[in-house]
Amino acid sequence: MVANSRLFWLARRLASGVIVVWAAATFTFLVQCLLPGDRAQIIINVMTGNVGQASRQELAAVNAKYGFDQPLGVQYAKYIWAIGHGDLGQSYQQHRPVAEVVAEQIGPTIVLALAALIAAWLITILTTVLAAGRDNIWSRLLGGVQVLLATLPPYWLATILLVVFAIKLRLFPVAGGNSPIALVLPTLALALELSGFFGQVVVSEFTRVLEQPFVTSARMRGMSDLGVRFRHVLRHAALPGITLSGWALGKLLSGAVLVEAVFARQGLGGVLVTATSTRDIPVVSGVILVSAGLFVLTSTVVDLTYGIVDPRIKLT
Amino acid sequence: MSSSEVLGGAGAFPHLLRTLARVRTVPLRVYAAVTIVGFFLAAAIAPKWLETHDPLAIDLTASLQAPSIAHWLGTDQSGRDLYSRIVEGAGQSLSIGLGATALSLSLALILGVTAGLVGGVVDTVLSRLFDVLFALPTLFLALLFVTVFGTTVLTEIIAVGLGTAPGYARMIRGQVLAVKGAGYVEAAKALGHPYLRIVRRHILPNAMNPLTAMMTLGVGQAIIWASGLAFLGLGVAPPAPEWGALLNAGRNYVIYAWWLEIMPGLAVVVFALSVTVLGRYLGERLEGKS
Amino acid sequence: MLHLVQPEAQLLTVDSLRVCFARNVPEGTAVRGVSFSLAPGRCLAIVGESGSGKSVTARALVGLAGHRARVHARGLNFAGMDLTGFDDRAWRRIRGKDIGFVLQDALVSLDPLRPVGKEIGEGLRLHRAIASREELESQVIGLLKLVGVQDAEIKALQLPHQLSGGQRQRALIAAALALDPRLLIADEPTTALDVTVQAQVLGLLEETKARGKALILISHDLAVVSRMADEVLVMRQGEVVERGSADQIFREPQHAYTRQLLDAVPSGRRRGSRLSSSPAPRLPQPHGRLLEPSATRSSQIVIEATDLVKRFKGPGGILRTVVDKVSFQLRSGETLGLVGKSGSGKSTTARMALALDLPDEGAVLFQGEAWTTLTERERRARRRSISVIYQDPLSSFDPCWTVRRILADSLLDDVETRQERHKRVAELLDLVGLSPAFLNRRPLELSGGQRQRVAIARAIAPRPKVIVCDEPVSALDVSIQAQILDLLGDLKAQLRVSYLFISHDLGVVRYLSDRVMVMRDGRVVESGNTEAIFAEPQHDYTRDLLAAVPTLLGRQPQSRRDRDAVAAV
Repeated sequence: MVANSRLFWLARRLASGVIVVWAAATFTFLVQCLLPGDRAQIIINVMTGNVGQASRQELAAVNAKYGFDQPLGVQYAKYIWAIGHGDLGQSYQQHRPVAEVVAEQIGPTIVLALAALIAAWLITILTTVLAAGRDNIWSRLLGGVQVLLATLPPYWLATILLVVFAIKLRLFPVAGGNSPIALVLPTLALALELSGFFGQVVVSEFTRVLEQPFVTSARMRGMSDLGVRFRHVLRHAALPGITLSGWALGKLLSGAVLVEAVFARQGLGGVLVTATSTRDIPVVSGVILVSAGLFVLTSTVVDLTYGIVDPRIKLT
Repeated sequence: MSSSEVLGGAGAFPHLLRTLARVRTVPLRVYAAVTIVGFFLAAAIAPKWLETHDPLAIDLTASLQAPSIAHWLGTDQSGRDLYSRIVEGAGQSLSIGLGATALSLSLALILGVTAGLVGGVVDTVLSRLFDVLFALPTLFLALLFVTVFGTTVLTEIIAVGLGTAPGYARMIRGQVLAVKGAGYVEAAKALGHPYLRIVRRHILPNAMNPLTAMMTLGVGQAIIWASGLAFLGLGVAPPAPEWGALLNAGRNYVIYAWWLEIMPGLAVVVFALSVTVLGRYLGERLEGKS
Repeated sequence: MLHLVQPEAQLLTVDSLRVCFARNVPEGTAVRGVSFSLAPGRCLAIVGESGSGKSVTARALVGLAGHRARVHARGLNFAGMDLTGFDDRAWRRIRGKDIGFVLQDALVSLDPLRPVGKEIGEGLRLHRAIASREELESQVIGLLKLVGVQDAEIKALQLPHQLSGGQRQRALIAAALALDPRLLIADEPTTALDVTVQAQVLGLLEETKARGKALILISHDLAVVSRMADEVLVMRQGEVVERGSADQIFREPQHAYTRQLLDAVPSGRRRGSRLSSSPAPRLPQPHGRLLEPSATRSSQIVIEATDLVKRFKGPGGILRTVVDKVSFQLRSGETLGLVGKSGSGKSTTARMALALDLPDEGAVLFQGEAWTTLTERERRARRRSISVIYQDPLSSFDPCWTVRRILADSLLDDVETRQERHKRVAELLDLVGLSPAFLNRRPLELSGGQRQRVAIARAIAPRPKVIVCDEPVSALDVSIQAQILDLLGDLKAQLRVSYLFISHDLGVVRYLSDRVMVMRDGRVVESGNTEAIFAEPQHDYTRDLLAAVPTLLGRQPQSRRDRDAVAAV
């Protein structure tokens, strides 16, 4: 019974996820239709690297190849049909499937985003449990520091970390590499900012819950302050933070692209920057569709986690 | 442990005084934030008043100088005064930030209020739309716009505005729903007030309460995103010294001339922090907390 | 006084306990020199209204007066230990183990995310009183059985919100009793509980006392105290104003404040007698338009509800009948009391009378005309003739609006000029006993009683024929409750309105109502003249309700049956 309703819930979630991806595809398609100027001309420019007016035959060939000469409805249907089969189109510049380009580079970006998410949670939990809701300087300082962290541009922070810890102090490799040690600084650059956002919600909930009668009740049973904070309060305070984690994915992916540029890391960052500057539209659209898919997955995981932490929630 | 019951008269007076006293004790950080925001706004409107040097004047004899009395924040590789360049860049950075926030909040307000008030199918469709836009990372969306339409100030405003709108729209929708179910809305209904009057007098004002705070918070975030674009070298073309472009240029010299990277970044952080402080304060005041 | 028992037999002695909250001395001094002692098997009650310092006193006894609190005492002895020098570690050793504490409102006093059994076993685990997991489980189930929870094995695994209010409160008491403490402190243990559940919980506490435990009972409810306590402390603004045996306090109160508190309790008071010392509001004669008595004759029926049925979708999409075939009539100038436990459908009935919820079957006629069958647009103009006062006035006010705007908004549209509007608002405020200084305040800047006065002013502003009062005094202190009840009584006499008065407090209903309707599980089990129902309840359920109400010592019990029982003793 319970397992069944869980499965049913999961199926419904994934179905609505498909709708999200479909809508995102429609969105990217519409944006492409709004493209000023002739698409075929742009494609030829991207391919040849020249700027100039192509001949009519050249244009017609490209139009035929990409199906631009067909009615919009047909183009749209083909586009969606292809995406449904995992075909994200051909890169104008690299002359190979977008899916291949993305699959090659997405790994390091996801690793970085996940590492940053975990690090942000660790920083948030540790600082909150130790300092939040106390009547001392650390508690007040924590609030201020979190607001500050939330306003730090990750690319700027990344540059500073790079200069101080990698170049001046030589504690970490300067650039590139997929070793765990090379992951530390990029992760920190993303996690510090994110922990500022998490921290603000978690601390305010933590402070509120700390005053709740059931917390006092636990103290009256002889529980220590740290025990109360870990066993009772943290769980409640984590809930709004968990909800925020779904939103954090978009932020992390955006941030990861910037931070990758700073550290010259492999990942979607390089792909996107090249694609944008060369107007390689299928690649940019493809990355967006993939990240929409990732968002669907993440928010499902987030809701499952929420349900575990808060057993009052029934996933139906 | 509230104070004992006072039936007006003398007892009410000290309370009033206390309320007034609370109004007067604006925290120091708010004054600081107002000053900083005021400075940057002045820089955006009339940069010439605040610049110490011509931001575009190249002076190769003074290249890459560390901060000094002559050049408050140092100079870049061409000997241009960094302080003056940051002041000059405020205009573009702020207009992108303000423009994007204005766009995103107007969109969010219209769609969020509609979804919350109308409900039903409209709500479902709009909420799905928010979900979809929410699912796309802000920067990626901006990159798509830049790819398709090329880089202009307007593209950046639309890209960042669209990217941040769904989050706000969700928030406003939630707020409208909460206010719609509030006791005072039912009380107004029980008084026989027409629905439109209730919407106008209760639902909209209360649902828009958090907007001021959101707006200030949004400006900071929008500037950070727009600078991010420029940082990737995909921002509005030089020579306009937009903050993100300064950051991007500074990257190459960061080892010998740290100020070229640190100072424009500080400008972004200090401005974003100030508007955040201001926004939080306004938000608390509007919610009626002391 | 309290020195009847030999000092060495005392479990707890408190000598001039002072608690202040450091930020603002002396204003922040919450407790100013409280002394008492308590022997095993005895119950001490501390009585007072909110802000009297009774809860702070109790919390200071376990070292939890608050992290900003400074606690001083000349002597604080518990079971031979001097508590004055205790540090946090030492406090933790006795908390839960030697002193059990039961907080009010178990819904928020049990961690909503953890199974009830875990909460109960927490003390056992903390004080290492159990050897194994199996032992913990069996102990927890034993405790739940001890406090009379059915299906203890199942309940132990459930979350607090899956239990009923009574079960939750029992579970909370079980958690406090887990380590068999010698002293049990209960802070408002029965507030927010229905009368019959309240009676059961009090019975449970009595059993505990009978087992030789000392009991400190903190309460604002004098009737509860009079049932339980051996000795009573009456506190006001941090000071003990009177102390003595329960008999003494209730039969021959010495201090004026104690007498005032006792007078404020409506149960067993004759209707028409004043509960508070506040004078009746003056009728603003020159502007009598506000108060034009309705031309209707007293026998006219204003609300006639016939066979109301309301169903709501419950969990799992199953329809649940909340109100089932309820019919009643409300005549002009009459007060109809609606009593029943929470969930009995009384609030839904009232909402249907207001046409805020529409009945699934049956209909309400208002002044002889269609009411619930109208469209909202048709109804709108007539809504002004029927007002409502909620239990929680705060949420019924727009937080951004001032009192002036709230009241002006509720005036009839026939008030045209600005001056007239202002004058009428001031009149209204005066009528409910508030000074014009309140005009510019916002709801958050008012106390509970003041808010309810503003709510009443708003309700009478459009000159209604009927006011629906949904638990209007249940969130208020006794003396404030007394003032509000007096105000409602005065207004009824002067404005000739009818009240549909909902309360779970039988004393309040009896004091105010002409007729009473008793509801249970959505049905009316009994209705009729108030005195008749209270004197000769026909239905078992009514009898149980009445029997469960604790009565003040020295007052007449609620029903004749109780009186007979008292006489037989």
